[in-house]
Amino acid sequence: MTNLQSLEFFIPEIILVITILACLITDLFLKKSKTDLIGWILGIGLVIVGLSVYNLSSVPPTTLFLDMIVIDPFSSYMKIIIIISTLLIIVASWANNELSKYRKGEYFTLIGIMVVGLFLMTSSIDIIMLYVSIEVVSIMSFVLAGYLKLNTRSNEAGLKYVIYGAFSSGVMLFGLSLVFGLTGSTNYFVIQEAISSIDSSANPALIMALLMIFAGFGYKISSVPFHFWTPDVYEGAPTTITAYLSVAPKAAGFAMIIRFFHQVFSDSIALSGNAMGYTDLPWPEIIGILAVVTMTLGNLVAIQQESIKRMLAYSSIAHAGYMMLALPVLSIDAVESIMIYLFVYIFMNLGAFFIVIIVKNKTGGETFDEYDGLGWKMPIVGALMTLFMLSLTGLPPTAGFVGKLYIFKTLVGAGNDFLWLVVAGGINSVISLYYYFHVVKVMFLSGKRSDKLSYPPSLMLGLIIFTAVPSLVLGLYWNPLANWVKESLVFYSQGM
Amino acid sequence: MENILSLLIWIPILGAIIVACLPRDNENLVRYISAAITGLEFIVAIVLWRAFDPVNGSMQFMERYEWIPSLNISYILGVDGLSLPMVLLTAMLFFIGVFVSWNIKKAVKGYFALYLLLNAGVLGVFLSLDFFLFYIFWEVMLLPMYFLIGMWGGPQREYAAIKFFLYTLFGSVLMLIGILGLYFTCGKTFDILLIMERAPEALNGVLWWGMSAAKVIWVLLFIGFAIKVPVFPFHTWLPLAHVEAPTAISVLLAGILLKLGVYGIIRVNYGIMPDQVYWFAAGLAFLGLVNVIWGGLCALAQTDLKKLVAYSSINHMGYSLIGIAAVVAAGEMNGSDLKAAQAGLSGAVFQMFNHGTISAMLFILVGVVYERAHHRDIDGFGGLASQMPIYTGITALAFFAGLGLPGFSGFVSEAMCFIGAFPVFKAIVVLSTIGILLNAAYFLWAFQRVFFGELNEKYKDMKEINGLELFTVIPLAIITLFFGIYPGPYLDLIKATMDQIIEKIAFAASYGVM
Repeated sequence: MTNLQSLEFFIPEIILVITILACLITDLFLKKSKTDLIGWILGIGLVIVGLSVYNLSSVPPTTLFLDMIVIDPFSSYMKIIIIISTLLIIVASWANNELSKYRKGEYFTLIGIMVVGLFLMTSSIDIIMLYVSIEVVSIMSFVLAGYLKLNTRSNEAGLKYVIYGAFSSGVMLFGLSLVFGLTGSTNYFVIQEAISSIDSSANPALIMALLMIFAGFGYKISSVPFHFWTPDVYEGAPTTITAYLSVAPKAAGFAMIIRFFHQVFSDSIALSGNAMGYTDLPWPEIIGILAVVTMTLGNLVAIQQESIKRMLAYSSIAHAGYMMLALPVLSIDAVESIMIYLFVYIFMNLGAFFIVIIVKNKTGGETFDEYDGLGWKMPIVGALMTLFMLSLTGLPPTAGFVGKLYIFKTLVGAGNDFLWLVVAGGINSVISLYYYFHVVKVMFLSGKRSDKLSYPPSLMLGLIIFTAVPSLVLGLYWNPLANWVKESLVFYSQGM
Repeated sequence: MENILSLLIWIPILGAIIVACLPRDNENLVRYISAAITGLEFIVAIVLWRAFDPVNGSMQFMERYEWIPSLNISYILGVDGLSLPMVLLTAMLFFIGVFVSWNIKKAVKGYFALYLLLNAGVLGVFLSLDFFLFYIFWEVMLLPMYFLIGMWGGPQREYAAIKFFLYTLFGSVLMLIGILGLYFTCGKTFDILLIMERAPEALNGVLWWGMSAAKVIWVLLFIGFAIKVPVFPFHTWLPLAHVEAPTAISVLLAGILLKLGVYGIIRVNYGIMPDQVYWFAAGLAFLGLVNVIWGGLCALAQTDLKKLVAYSSINHMGYSLIGIAAVVAAGEMNGSDLKAAQAGLSGAVFQMFNHGTISAMLFILVGVVYERAHHRDIDGFGGLASQMPIYTGITALAFFAGLGLPGFSGFVSEAMCFIGAFPVFKAIVVLSTIGILLNAAYFLWAFQRVFFGELNEKYKDMKEINGLELFTVIPLAIITLFFGIYPGPYLDLIKATMDQIIEKIAFAASYGVM
């Protein structure tokens, strides 16, 4: 589709850009204490964007801007996930005391720009577009992670993030340029065709390119061995940003990986069969091993953490590992299971981070000591935290179980080659129980009945209830979600 | 009548919600309401029992609703001769347990809310006929149990609670893999009855890691259930959890939760893969023998009265395992000895019930003396017989029931297990009689040390067992005595279902994979 025709289907992003400009300009006229208003503007803008994404989700899949990006139900699904998590984060940012010393105008604006990048990540089908979108997201994340200027940990987080980010995107860019050199194109579909007919003497270069590209992807979803930035950045960044980084870029990262490997290195129309079969490397095994190492490392290191925020950082590495379990299969079931997992993961993970915010606002700390006897002092917070921990462990009847069920189902259904991944995943859930329930233990088992019960401010209370409801209900009845995911399992592909 | 099984599951869930909403300072109100809810539950269970048709061995009172059509998950409930006695036992012990918990002081509201949730979970497992539902209830039991042990338990409660949780979760994860394996091989369904129908054919020749998938799935499911039973070497969570848990929770753990393991083996492993029974039975009988001997020896070595009772559970569940292994007598290679198979299986199912009542009694009685002396050291008492004659009498009765004296129900079921297993596993049966000796030894020795000899001066003011405590023990004692003398009603209730299971296993021998 030509550029002008494409604009009609690019409305969500256009509205988003207008919103961002509105945010920037309004910010100039506001006093520091009033900058929460920018959040309102961005929030309302995002709701409108969400509606227009929904509106466009039923158009037939097509490419825009001369094959730069696509619009298809899969990208619409991912965009809606991103919008939901961004809206939750905006609300939480109002209540996060860490930010109260700073102007929030730029903060909200940067989040808005990040959303544009995330949108493009989910829909690009051109390696240049892919790279640009990743960079947009990364640069915004660097600034946001270091947003607490007066806090040295936050500065450290920002700086570390920049160094790791620059390095891995450089590696990735090199890989992408190798692909371009081998195939002569930047478009996914042209690359796919070229690779399928490529001479086998080019294999070493192709393998190099793939490994380098995977470094970039792995960095985005914080897979081992590209995860080293995660704990420090997550610990230093403002908690709202930590929460955001643990869900939205991860969702977009998975969308990007799925699209890239589906449409470049496998038969994109069939969406099944021997994925990534064009090179000699045993890709399913390599990604499988990476997944297992990622979740095992995340879980084992999480056990040793003193700070709950840092523990959740490692737990998010582990969850990236669970989702990666389905990647080696890369059948339609696998994509479905990752999509479902991402959806339930937003609520349970954000919920847990919101409780970290509540406790930090109240006590000023985020280590286990601050949670001592919390269940007796703040019963609702304790009970909901238990629910989030249950859900993150993946115990029924919570949403986290449904996510794991779909992943495990994919692997068992894919047959013999992948059974070991199920066993590894299962054992990892048992390990994760230990540290998730360490939180529950501290909250309830120690501590005594206190006569004064306290409740969080109504805004945060509303937020944790809002995230708790899907964490429980989707564990009991997720048919609408399953149907929605099924409908969204349509990719744009050349054959259409 | 139509939705009576749903009623059984949803009464306690609603009850838990109601209790959670009560004001937290009115502790007695919480207790009375919990008693009322479990009482109602017990009445519904009795109504179900009266309406149950014992001649029909198939599922009765079936309920079936669509739930998640995209994964073929349905809400299916049903009851047969295998699950009905367990449902009755559950409803009864949970009702009694409320009175055993009457003295709980800490966070009464939370305790009873979790208690009722546990009740729903246990009944759900016994009644559900859809694997997904089954698995959900199986896991729903864990969380209340974790809190009940961890918050209201003894000094090592935190460690005991997480150990219990980790062990059981490990088992259930393996079980989940087994369930998913069945889901895919049997045409993408979680419906247990449908899987039972399809499995023997569907699993035939399927390989996992170069092994027969049926065998792998059997082992995965078995480990899940074995941890609950618990079968040696998966038993180490049990003594700790039983000892640290508050009395009522020990009663429920021993009385009901252990039965879930054997129930699962019979319902799921036997029901779905009857041909594999022949492959595994000898191992099962051997594990039963180890349980009997190991449990007995450990019990003998204990100085803590509650730990002794806990190990006696391991010992007693061993008889059940030997009993269920005996079904292979029905196979044609073993001479199609249907009588032996019936004796073994019915004995095992009877033993589940009897151990439920007897161990409940034992734990309540240990709780009575702990309440007064604040310790359970067997050697720390002495001469209590003169101080507490009624308590001594009842404990004597419970101990005799526990050691399987003729005239008590335990004797009948243990004898049936042995009679059934003897034609097939002669050596194991002979060796496991050593267990009976150990069984008698540890109970009698403990009894002697606690009740006979000089009265310990410290306890000369010890109060006699009170009315509430008697009220919790007497019904169990009556049941034990009644079934000891006249086991007919129980055996008639389960016979049709047992015959059906045996028939299926006998038939499986003809096409068995071996």
